[in-house]
Amino acid sequence: MNSAESAVLKVEGLSKSFGGIHAVSDVNFELARGELLALIGPNGAGKTTCFNMLMGQLRPSSGNVYLNGEKITGQKPRRIWRKGVGRTFQITGTYQSMTVIENIQMALISHHRRLFSLRPYATRLYREEAMQLLELVGMSEQAERACAILAYGDLKRLELAIALCHEPTLLLMDEPTAGMAPSERIALMQLTADIVQERNISVLFTEHDMDVVFAHAHRLMVLNRGELIANGTVEEIRNDAVVQEVYLGGGSLFAAGDTHA
Amino acid sequence: MGLFIAQLLTGLANAATLFLVASGLSLIFGVTRIVNFAHGSFYMLGAFVGYSLMQVLPGAIGFWASVLLTGLVVGLIGVIVEVLVLRPVYKAPELFQLVATFGVILVIQDLALMIWGAEDLLGPRAPGLKGVVRIMDEPVPLYDLALIAITPFVLFALWYLISRTRIGVLVRAATQDREMVAALGVNQSWLFTGVFFLGAGLAGLGGAIQLPKGGADLLMDFNILAAIFVVVVIGGMGSLPGAYIAAVLISVLNVFGVSYLPQSTLVLMYIVMAIVLTVRPYGLLGREEVVGEHGQVGEPERPIKPAGTKARVMVAVMLMALLALPLADSHFLVILTTDIIIFCLFAASLHFLLGLGGLVSFGHAAYFGGGAYAAGLLVVHVNAPMELAFVLAPLGAGLAAFIIGWLCLRLTGVYFAMLTLALAQLLWSLVFQWDEFTGGDDGLVDIWPAAWLSEANSYFYFTVIVGVGGILLLRHVAHSPFGYALRASRDSQRQAEATGINTKRIQWMAFTMAGALAGVAGALFVFSKGSVFPNELEITKSFDGLIVVFLGGVKTLSGGVVGAASLELVKDYLTRIEYWRLALGLLIIVVVVLAPNGIVGSLRKAWERLRGTPADEPSTTAPVALTSASAGTQESER
Repeated sequence: MNSAESAVLKVEGLSKSFGGIHAVSDVNFELARGELLALIGPNGAGKTTCFNMLMGQLRPSSGNVYLNGEKITGQKPRRIWRKGVGRTFQITGTYQSMTVIENIQMALISHHRRLFSLRPYATRLYREEAMQLLELVGMSEQAERACAILAYGDLKRLELAIALCHEPTLLLMDEPTAGMAPSERIALMQLTADIVQERNISVLFTEHDMDVVFAHAHRLMVLNRGELIANGTVEEIRNDAVVQEVYLGGGSLFAAGDTHA
Repeated sequence: MGLFIAQLLTGLANAATLFLVASGLSLIFGVTRIVNFAHGSFYMLGAFVGYSLMQVLPGAIGFWASVLLTGLVVGLIGVIVEVLVLRPVYKAPELFQLVATFGVILVIQDLALMIWGAEDLLGPRAPGLKGVVRIMDEPVPLYDLALIAITPFVLFALWYLISRTRIGVLVRAATQDREMVAALGVNQSWLFTGVFFLGAGLAGLGGAIQLPKGGADLLMDFNILAAIFVVVVIGGMGSLPGAYIAAVLISVLNVFGVSYLPQSTLVLMYIVMAIVLTVRPYGLLGREEVVGEHGQVGEPERPIKPAGTKARVMVAVMLMALLALPLADSHFLVILTTDIIIFCLFAASLHFLLGLGGLVSFGHAAYFGGGAYAAGLLVVHVNAPMELAFVLAPLGAGLAAFIIGWLCLRLTGVYFAMLTLALAQLLWSLVFQWDEFTGGDDGLVDIWPAAWLSEANSYFYFTVIVGVGGILLLRHVAHSPFGYALRASRDSQRQAEATGINTKRIQWMAFTMAGALAGVAGALFVFSKGSVFPNELEITKSFDGLIVVFLGGVKTLSGGVVGAASLELVKDYLTRIEYWRLALGLLIIVVVVLAPNGIVGSLRKAWERLRGTPADEPSTTAPVALTSASAGTQESER
């Protein structure tokens, strides 16, 4: 599944320390084309720090990140985005003063390199493309609403649509369903899985909701105190003694489902 | 060597006043996040109150008692200002409070004029400390030595208060996280009031303690304002030892500057500041600003739409009316309208930065005055024709903005604002002190439009076309992809950067563009007046711009223009009465309290309430929106 040549994302010895604290240490993994890979771990395990290093929001203390074989370690987020990586954030950061569709149009304007254009009006650019993306995530009816008044779940869906604007090969989704109702979570992850399959995109996502993880992830990695302690299929992780010991406290929490909600 | 020591001591003595005033400003900013423009006014009041008290209280004891009493009195005045003026507007959008403090400046100026008169007052000498001692043969006033000795004690007392007492713990906690302090049950209102008492009191002490060395006059407020901003920024916002070090640095530098570089004393201070901030962006002892601390506060801006047919027709009609104005055959009306249009363009260019970009520039006059001077200098020195000067003026102003923008955009929030102010002041001091080239205080004169515009009304038409054209251009840019990228960079820098937008470059270009358009306004100005003086680049001019943009409404597209036009009209009317500053100051305060969303924003809200619901759902779904329109009724808890 993950031979070196076909790896969309390859991470080698990735580490980050803040002062004397090792937030992430020596993380290695690969992500194949079309694969949905989940990164799970308790709060403070270093998941978001990992994401921030992959997309360039943070510079790693050591280690390297390769995208389709090209080294992208320490590059700026905007450059990594141009290379075909999309990202959604744990806490959404959409443009509050714009409408839903304008948020998408903004990303499309950036994708088509029209940021410094003075004509025509921004609202007239790439409207159809934007509308298609909104339809994809089921938000076309809310296109003209102000972003500031959206429900949180809708913001998450909007973020997904924005992340798909430049037809990425890799999506980094940091807790895509955080703050959503349980039924919404399943729906959003199903939607993501469908899109991923249809467009052959690779996805790395973090998630606290185990139902969501087990339903859609092709493979799981477990991060604990900055270290990868397991990497395998759902079945393997379920039966991994170390994971059960460290992360799940040796109990049968998987069955209980939503551990953090 | 003796002279050197003597000068060093003079510098150290001067630092006493600067430190007292600046530490007050720093404390107030640290806790309340209010940039208190009126801090210079508290200092001025300290001088006047101290003077009066010293007339009554005799002898050495009377002198020092007067100093302490002055601190108390001015502190109480600070409390009055905080309770009456600032409390109602704490929940208004970011930095809106500075408009209120500007109103306070005007009110205090006229009250001081009423009470103490226009004459400069010479401060009394300190009893018992009137003599001089000879140090290495150089005379050093005893009072200077007293000041040098006292200041470290004041610093220590303040340090003790802040780091060793319960009040200090609260102040420090509030400096770091106000919300948390409130959540822990501390009554923020009284904390803020207390800090204002302390801050204003310190400024008052500073005013009183400098009396034997200086005196009291009505220009003291603005004269010290730029210096204390510089001290606070060099030292690091909220750091008392930093303020002390910076005050000493600036004062000593100033004294040596006067003896060795008399032509560049003013420039020196700003150069030092620029160097310090280049090496240490958050000041000598400051800490890095937490991201988001100065992000958008309050209700987010509404989505914007290009003007519909109705609005376009209205603008066209207004433009027609403007062009028909000369038919009224009133020279006065034409001149007034010319001034208003020029000021509107200046305000619109600042609003572009402030509103769309979220970039609060405290020194926008640099580009207005810069444009005016660029044109003026070309005409005076190389006899350039008006047309050429008119084209090069915005280029010059744009170049200044290009360079200053590059320097400032490495910083954010209030540090950004302060650096724009300092660099604008640097430009001003250059113009002010470089007599041979800029004419210094005497300005540049005899700069008139070309022959084809010399007709009485033709320059008016020219102003209408260029001025309104500039305003419409800015409005168009707001709707363009570039304008959207600018708003995106303001709304969420993280999201923008993660979708390929180079936010700093977008902001840099916007800064340059705003500067160039302010330069156009400056060029229009210089040819309409025939002259230009350094005050066109001064701090007060920048403040004028800020006031009208905030008054008009930051979060509305037309806020800048509406604010500018309203204020110019009102000013024209009010300046005919004797105490017009008092009237204008009170008016500003009233508007601020009644309309915390600015004129346009508040009118829009009132209109929506009248009609029922606004176009989309009511904005009350945003958590902070509820209170913003009803200032003054339920604010006391926060």
